[in-house]
Amino acid sequence: MIQIDLPVLGRAKAWREAARCLASHGIAPEEVDWQGGTLFGGDPIPDADGPRDLRVPKSFVQLSGSVICHTDPEAPALLYQALWRHQNDRRSLGNPADPLTRRLDRLAKAVGRDIHKMHAFVRFREFPTDGARRRFAAWFEPDHRIVEAATPFFARRFADMDWIIATPFGTARFSDGQLDFDLPGPRPDLPEDASEVLWTTYFTHIFNPARVKVGAMKSEMPVKYWKNLPETRSIPAMLQDAEARVQRMRDALPTEPPKRAARIAAMPATLDQTRAVAETCSGCDLCAPRRMVWGEGPTDAPLMIVGEAPGDHEDQQARPFVGPAGQLLRAAMAEAGCPPAYLTNAVKHFKFSQRGKQRLHQSPTRGEIDHCRWWLDQERRLIRPRLTVALGVSAAFALTGRRAALTSRRGTLEPAIRGGDVLITWHPAAILRARSRSEEMRAELAADLSRAAGLAKERMAAQGVRGATSL
Amino acid sequence: MRRTLQEKLAILSDAAKYDASCASSGTTRRDSRAGGIGSAGGSGICHAYTPDGRCISLLKILMTNFCIYDCVYCVNRVSSRVERARFTPEEVVTLTLEFYRRNYIEGLFLSSGIIRSPDDTMTDMVRIARMLREEHGFKGYIHLKTIPEAAPELITEAGRYADRLSINVELPKDDSVARLAPQKQPKGIRAAMSHVRETRAASKVASHRGKRPARFAPAGQSTQMIVGADGTSDRDILGTSTRLYQGYKLKRVYYSAFSPIPDSSAMLPLIRPPLIREHRLYQADWLMRFYGFDAAEITSSTKGGNLDLEIDPKLAWALEHRAQFPVDVARAPRELLLRIPGFGTRTVQRILAARRSGPLRYADLIRIGARVKQAEPFITLPDWSPGALTDSAGLRARYAPPPEQLSLFA
Repeated sequence: MIQIDLPVLGRAKAWREAARCLASHGIAPEEVDWQGGTLFGGDPIPDADGPRDLRVPKSFVQLSGSVICHTDPEAPALLYQALWRHQNDRRSLGNPADPLTRRLDRLAKAVGRDIHKMHAFVRFREFPTDGARRRFAAWFEPDHRIVEAATPFFARRFADMDWIIATPFGTARFSDGQLDFDLPGPRPDLPEDASEVLWTTYFTHIFNPARVKVGAMKSEMPVKYWKNLPETRSIPAMLQDAEARVQRMRDALPTEPPKRAARIAAMPATLDQTRAVAETCSGCDLCAPRRMVWGEGPTDAPLMIVGEAPGDHEDQQARPFVGPAGQLLRAAMAEAGCPPAYLTNAVKHFKFSQRGKQRLHQSPTRGEIDHCRWWLDQERRLIRPRLTVALGVSAAFALTGRRAALTSRRGTLEPAIRGGDVLITWHPAAILRARSRSEEMRAELAADLSRAAGLAKERMAAQGVRGATSL
Repeated sequence: MRRTLQEKLAILSDAAKYDASCASSGTTRRDSRAGGIGSAGGSGICHAYTPDGRCISLLKILMTNFCIYDCVYCVNRVSSRVERARFTPEEVVTLTLEFYRRNYIEGLFLSSGIIRSPDDTMTDMVRIARMLREEHGFKGYIHLKTIPEAAPELITEAGRYADRLSINVELPKDDSVARLAPQKQPKGIRAAMSHVRETRAASKVASHRGKRPARFAPAGQSTQMIVGADGTSDRDILGTSTRLYQGYKLKRVYYSAFSPIPDSSAMLPLIRPPLIREHRLYQADWLMRFYGFDAAEITSSTKGGNLDLEIDPKLAWALEHRAQFPVDVARAPRELLLRIPGFGTRTVQRILAARRSGPLRYADLIRIGARVKQAEPFITLPDWSPGALTDSAGLRARYAPPPEQLSLFA
């Protein structure tokens, strides 16, 4: 009886070499003991390959590589039997109904499944490091001796980090692109990893309590793996709560939609519709008493110019920028050669304090601008200007959400809250109020408008008729 | 109040769980040995299973569950009172990469409620995919749920970074869409699916100089239909699926049993999700894709156009077409073997291989892994003949579960 001791690591290669040697010497399966390790030892294997030619189909090389990983002690002997038989019987290895072939297929399938589950269920934890490559480690308990067969997958996948996967059958180490194997050692201590909390959160919340199927879960994620899967610790609680959660859903039905829903759901498709809805707005105290002053201009304007709020003249005519400040703006636009622009205001109603017969303009508050921003956004959404110009600090706040003073921001482009960018400049009313600097400011306004015109035209040329993103 | 990343993750994965797909297979083979992180290709890996029996292969989240649409079957519709949250693109990228490095996932399945406009939302989603691919060299799987109303250029760009694109048809019939998802346009959905199909086809054709165009969604496109939220019959659902498979070259049509959602609309049935029906539809879908059945055959013998819930559709078909049975396993061609209840594609493959070595007997079939008890009445073997069993009146009762006894105290 020839006795063969297969090593823990490099088993597949050792089996191949032994089997080739034995078969080439014509040594029958009955004369070989593959389980090794008996007290008295046996005859040694011949030193060199024998004279016989061997026939091995390609598929058998792969099959033996899998089957040899199996912990079934008979696996090496069964493989040798199949190899031996194949020398005289070419058909049985390809016949799925043949008992030996079927048995080997099942062993290979069990190993394949074990490898697949290892690829799925290894959970790395991160080690702190000062080096350039991040370091991770995992402990995994497979059923079979698959460390060498299963880990090249991780080397291809996690090539830019160093990792260790320790198992009861051996340890795989990957560092600086080199994969090595060690004999099995004790289970390593792994550090806590903060990502496991997030992962468990995800696991609990992606679960649909209305469709509990515990059997399906356990057949694909057998309980034997659970002890090394952090997320499974929350399963009992998830199941316990599932029925109650579904019941709570049923009991809570149906609910009143939140207030904003009607507004958003009725979100109009055209500017005219938006205007009609805006007429019914009661978002703030300004809405009720005064008439609304809606924006004006071509609905496909490349440029949108936003002021603060309508004034006395605008309120009376219900048109934007028709008072003295509006005239200044229109003159500056003509001077700058602006393309057709859509003119509107951050707030759509006139705000004033009554002094005798006079109505004195008041700036809208932050809250009023916030309320009215919805309508401004709708205008931008539907017009899709290439560039938006903010006149003064209220308009700048409405568009960018920043309230910083204008002096340092004038002439700069800032990102808008709702996408796209905004060119910030003086409000014409501020120019009218400024005494000493008014000429200078007027020139700056004209320069900014001319830059805006240039940018809008440039973007129109670059993006074709329809711009996808720039609001 | 700012939400923590964990709170956002809770809200936005809660919001994503009604999407059935989690597949990560069938894309181009690639890995990180030449740089970057990750690998893909071949069959996908399911990294965990939740107690609903569904696998977790991808990090399936919404970018945001704020939405301007009001689709009644959807938990994220504007009129729902669910908590809302929004990830920044950076947060999505970090979560994906950190989960990936710990081997929790195969990649990202990103969907989103529609904020501001379809274009804006799609732009942000494309940006996330671009950051993963270009800034981090991510080689894992990316599935983007495409917004059909977004500009075609954005969909084209999405396909450059994603492995799979999907556009949900939502409901099997156009009038249901009009009633339950008023802002969605079935026409627009189909136009977007055509665009994906055509761009994908074009991406495979090399120019006359042999230059290959940019890759585009190598794992193809898929879609999802909600089952049980409207009155559509299985016959119509499978008809729609057939048109989708043929017309748009879809890889998969997913059926999602309508489950009660938190904060549901009064327009919807308050039922248990019809899980068995969903299962039967998947079985029928499989029969169409791998067994050579067409939708009309499967549904021809159904009552009221709905599949039999007690027995699977292949068995139901066989019981209605007993004249074609029993089949001689030793001689029957592949197409006929595939029609035998209890024989799967793998079994048939093994039978064909084993036949070369001689006739198959009863015990051989068991060894091969066929479900012989199921197949018995429909096959003949050298050592088995069903005799009168095939045409016996009680054959159906052999398979259907016994009627449930009603409880006296219910």
